[in-house]
Amino acid sequence: MRRTLYAAVLLSVFASSPAWTDGSSPVSAVQEPASTQAVKTFTMGYLTQADDKRYDKRRMFAQFLGQPLGHPLAGAEVAMKEIKFHGQAAGVSFALQPAEGETAAELIKQVETMQAAGVHFILTDLPAPLLSEVAAAFKGKELAFFNVSAPDDSLRQEQCQANVFHTLPSHAMQADGLVQYLVAHKWKEALMLEGPAPEDKLLSAAFERAAKRYGVEITDKRPFVLGNDPRERDKNNIALLTGGDYDVVYIADSNGEFARNAPYQTLLPRPVVGSGGLNALAWNWAWNRHGAPQVEKRFEKQAQRRMADVDWAAWMSVKAIATAVQQTASCDFSKLRDYLTDPNTTLDGAKGNASSYRPWDHQLRQPLLLATQNWVVERAPLQGFLHQTNNLDTLGFDERDSNCKF
Amino acid sequence: MRSMHFRFAMPLLAFSLLASGTVFAKDTGYIFISSEEDDVVTVLDGKTFEKVKAIETAERPRHLQFSPDHSLLYVACGDGESVDIIDVAKLEDVDRIKGIEDPEAFDISPDGKTLYISLEDDSMLGTIDLAAQEMTKTVEVGGEPEGVLVTPDGKTAYVTSESANSVHVVDLASNTLQASIVVGARPRRLVLMPDGKELWVSSELDASASIIDVATNTVKQKITFAPEGFRKEDITPVGMALTKDAKTMYITLGRANRVAVVDVASREVKDYILVGNRPWNVALTRDEATLFVANGLSDDVSIVQTADNKVAKSVPAGRVPYMVVIDD
Repeated sequence: MRRTLYAAVLLSVFASSPAWTDGSSPVSAVQEPASTQAVKTFTMGYLTQADDKRYDKRRMFAQFLGQPLGHPLAGAEVAMKEIKFHGQAAGVSFALQPAEGETAAELIKQVETMQAAGVHFILTDLPAPLLSEVAAAFKGKELAFFNVSAPDDSLRQEQCQANVFHTLPSHAMQADGLVQYLVAHKWKEALMLEGPAPEDKLLSAAFERAAKRYGVEITDKRPFVLGNDPRERDKNNIALLTGGDYDVVYIADSNGEFARNAPYQTLLPRPVVGSGGLNALAWNWAWNRHGAPQVEKRFEKQAQRRMADVDWAAWMSVKAIATAVQQTASCDFSKLRDYLTDPNTTLDGAKGNASSYRPWDHQLRQPLLLATQNWVVERAPLQGFLHQTNNLDTLGFDERDSNCKF
Repeated sequence: MRSMHFRFAMPLLAFSLLASGTVFAKDTGYIFISSEEDDVVTVLDGKTFEKVKAIETAERPRHLQFSPDHSLLYVACGDGESVDIIDVAKLEDVDRIKGIEDPEAFDISPDGKTLYISLEDDSMLGTIDLAAQEMTKTVEVGGEPEGVLVTPDGKTAYVTSESANSVHVVDLASNTLQASIVVGARPRRLVLMPDGKELWVSSELDASASIIDVATNTVKQKITFAPEGFRKEDITPVGMALTKDAKTMYITLGRANRVAVVDVASREVKDYILVGNRPWNVALTRDEATLFVANGLSDDVSIVQTADNKVAKSVPAGRVPYMVVIDD
């Protein structure tokens, strides 16, 4: 088990200097922003599962659309460098403390250790079942978990917990963003291909919900399997799977291997969306507005790879907590929690809209990027999809659709 | 680079010797517009608004500013990692200060010798000696520094930090940070009132401009923009231009496709002028009869008559226009 304490101050040492016009090194004044005050350390925890199979090297190497390209801790580390001034008014400097465990019991123990050390805010890079179990063990305590990698709708609905804040968009939000795009383009008949994994069913359920919500017809739902077995060719051959009449093919493939091979292979010349082709994502490296290229550049410098959805969620979680400290000039747990769910709060995710956590299920409302592998073609919510208070709430579970009871 | 320093030092010396300026075209009336995606500064005739020239620069030209005598135009080129120097008389990119990582906005000292630039990636304010074309100093500020403003006495620089939601106050003699002032989210640009008492800051993600009391370094007032039919998230203030009598401030509202006209004394928004898509930066002509607005997402410049706040004309100006300055 590995436990390291990264202090924000230490991280700043690793910030690379700009390139200069010649070899001479310039005078650089690095200052501690709150040097005149007594500085306390505000530590955020970072919890991961050891050997999390979602970060399997082969899968990351394949770079499936929207999937992790590495551990999201790198996103949190980039954010640590950006918040050096945020603690000034509250008289704190920030630190990040990663910890890991294999089982729920081990993870709970890690949280207890953090809790004893005065940590109240913990980023969790855990699959949904583990996150649920860990959070439930600390019900009613002054602890807030920030979900950076579990998109499951159930965590925002029936299984929601008051001490969990979801920075990563849910499946429902992604499906709504994608379906808004289909509707805007009048691609109103979708053929659905669904994989065999339980996670594939979560994706297709989210798409079906969004299709119903925005009036896209699912012409047929066909199961697919991976492989070349000629006896199963009606399920593994994309041309044979895509007969009929439709405007677009939606693929629910949590793994990504099947979906990757689907564009340009369909029987009819129709676009492929969902797990391959085009999807509504939390982040894409190619987004070039709202300060996004700067965030991407800082991330690439730190991590030596491109930034993906989970990295953005870790980055955003650290920024959200630090912004709450800055704007309330306080470290008081309930003040910070209230700030995060105040509809007038402005959290800046470099995607153009002010974000805040929805009070009814603690999901971060945010724009999504409709992205291919190398470009962002649109930003959701799309123009014309309106909401009575905040158009961002056209993505995912709105207050009246929420089954969450804290 | 060494040879370039030398090459540049000579004409600079020549400029100062020939201070009368008769050799160089002055008050050309030309409008200069940087555009981010096609790497040019477009020059328009000040009367006909016809295109005079598109001056090629390094990649992603954004912030523009004249030397105090208007003989040179400095251009921050974000992806070119340089500050390019345009000779205003020749309308040519004549020199380039290279190796500046992600330069964003800058200001020039009143004596024209020093350029203070925000270095977005490194979260620093850099000091460039223009004669030597060298970065001589840096000071750390908050993340994604953007707008830079040097006071008329040349002693203080204000720098906005987009990700720290702050305006930083830097003492230039000691190159140290004196104070940080929390303002509305994603602060962008700065304007100092002529009496030096108030500093205005636009906040892109807060639909507001904060007014800082310079004596105490505190926000004393916030002006919130609310054109009819727009929600807060669609109002993204960035560029500002102040009339010489300090009575009227023009502030672009980005996604709301409007420029707010603010009465400085009463803090009231007198008008919202409909312009092109995502107006970003603005400039007033010397007679203040005309306001030029760079519209980033409609690839044009709106030309506004300030007498009645109506758009007289819009003219194409490169891909993703960013900033306008006028040589008059």
